[in-house]
Amino acid sequence: MNFKKILIIVFFLNSIFTSSFSLEPDVFVQSTVNRASQILSTNISKEEKINELKSIAKETVDITGVGFYSLGSARKNLDNKQKEKYSELFEKYFLKSFSSRLAEYTNPEIEVTGKEVLNKNYTIVNSILIATSERPEVKIDWRIYTKNPNNPLIRDLIIEGLSLARTQKEEFSSILNSNNGNIDILFKTLEEFSNN
Amino acid sequence: MFRKLIIVLITVLISGFNANAGSDGELIIKKNQPAEVKDCFESINRATFAFNQALDGAIFKPVASAYRVLPSPVKSGVSNSLENLSNLLTIPNNVLQGEFKKAGINSGRFIINTTVGILGFINVAEYLGFPEYEKEDYGQSLATMGIGPGCYLVLPVLGPSTLRDTTASVVNFVGGDAWYNVTVNNDTQYFSDFDYYASKLTSGIDFRAKNFDAIENLEQNSIDFYASVKSLYLQDRQQKILNTNKVIETQDDSDWEEIETQ
Repeated sequence: MNFKKILIIVFFLNSIFTSSFSLEPDVFVQSTVNRASQILSTNISKEEKINELKSIAKETVDITGVGFYSLGSARKNLDNKQKEKYSELFEKYFLKSFSSRLAEYTNPEIEVTGKEVLNKNYTIVNSILIATSERPEVKIDWRIYTKNPNNPLIRDLIIEGLSLARTQKEEFSSILNSNNGNIDILFKTLEEFSNN
Repeated sequence: MFRKLIIVLITVLISGFNANAGSDGELIIKKNQPAEVKDCFESINRATFAFNQALDGAIFKPVASAYRVLPSPVKSGVSNSLENLSNLLTIPNNVLQGEFKKAGINSGRFIINTTVGILGFINVAEYLGFPEYEKEDYGQSLATMGIGPGCYLVLPVLGPSTLRDTTASVVNFVGGDAWYNVTVNNDTQYFSDFDYYASKLTSGIDFRAKNFDAIENLEQNSIDFYASVKSLYLQDRQQKILNTNKVIETQDDSDWEEIETQ
């Protein structure tokens, strides 16, 4: 009898904790864009903005996952040491590219409009970048990796139907193809980009 | 005679693209996957791309930059007028794709916007609740008939294309584009060649201005700008062919499924 009671209490507590910590993908996206938007509208230097954006990206983007996706089938040919080196180079490249892309915008207003659960691992969150006098409204979809519902992560941004991860993957593939699949050339290119 | 030759040429080229052309939806998605499109003329394409970039820097970018400072109602009016004109190409392609309802809607849209909307300057149809406009062209019509894109091409001045889309655009000049017919092809007293070429040039500037920051940003942050533009162009074409911008309908997710980080 006591054992049953304990089991019920454990089950009850577990369900409370699971539901309290599980973060809905649309709420996660809205809170992430609100944080980024706040930084972009703050009166700080561009350098400071970039650093703040980088720390948000580290927390909310699955940089390792995006990196291996971008590498396409070439990732299967890497040994552990190369994988480690690639992850390190990709993170530097990604953070520089991502933050300098965003830092140009001042106070972008993004409104989450809906979501579509694809499966247990992925949800697409739909949003709109509100129009300004300089540019029209832009539809942005977010591919959220939800394998761990307590820690959702961004894996792709799809702007007006155009996937950034897919574009990056084809860019990397082009570099590998024009250099007979030599991964060291890609490493060198990523390193040069990050150091410039 | 010239028209007959063009038609024969198109037929031969089209049959050469894909002998197994079918109209199955999944096959269309597969054929138009950006990764599936071969870059058969890469070195020539890269050279043309470099030429286009230089041309952009010298002409299009400065003009687009000046165009951006025009008041918003002027810019949206110009954009609306150009979009309205494109209905003349979209409507016959709606018919070719068997989309008769859309052809009717777009005809209504064109008539309302041209008359009440003062030559398309005001998008009255949008206020009246017409469905969102989707541009169509002869390349898209061929794709929906199951014709594969063939090789990727970069055309001087005009930019990215494919063998299928370039070949299909010839139809515009042999009677398939009513706007070309009334401006260049036939000597009407209302329009001249200038109107056609001016509309095409303005369309290019309008596109460059609308995407000004995005293009600059992409160029600065790409490690291979040519490959990025190629990928974005082919993704955009795939969406237009399928008439969807839902990524789940255009992307193969299997590659994502393999990436486990949690």
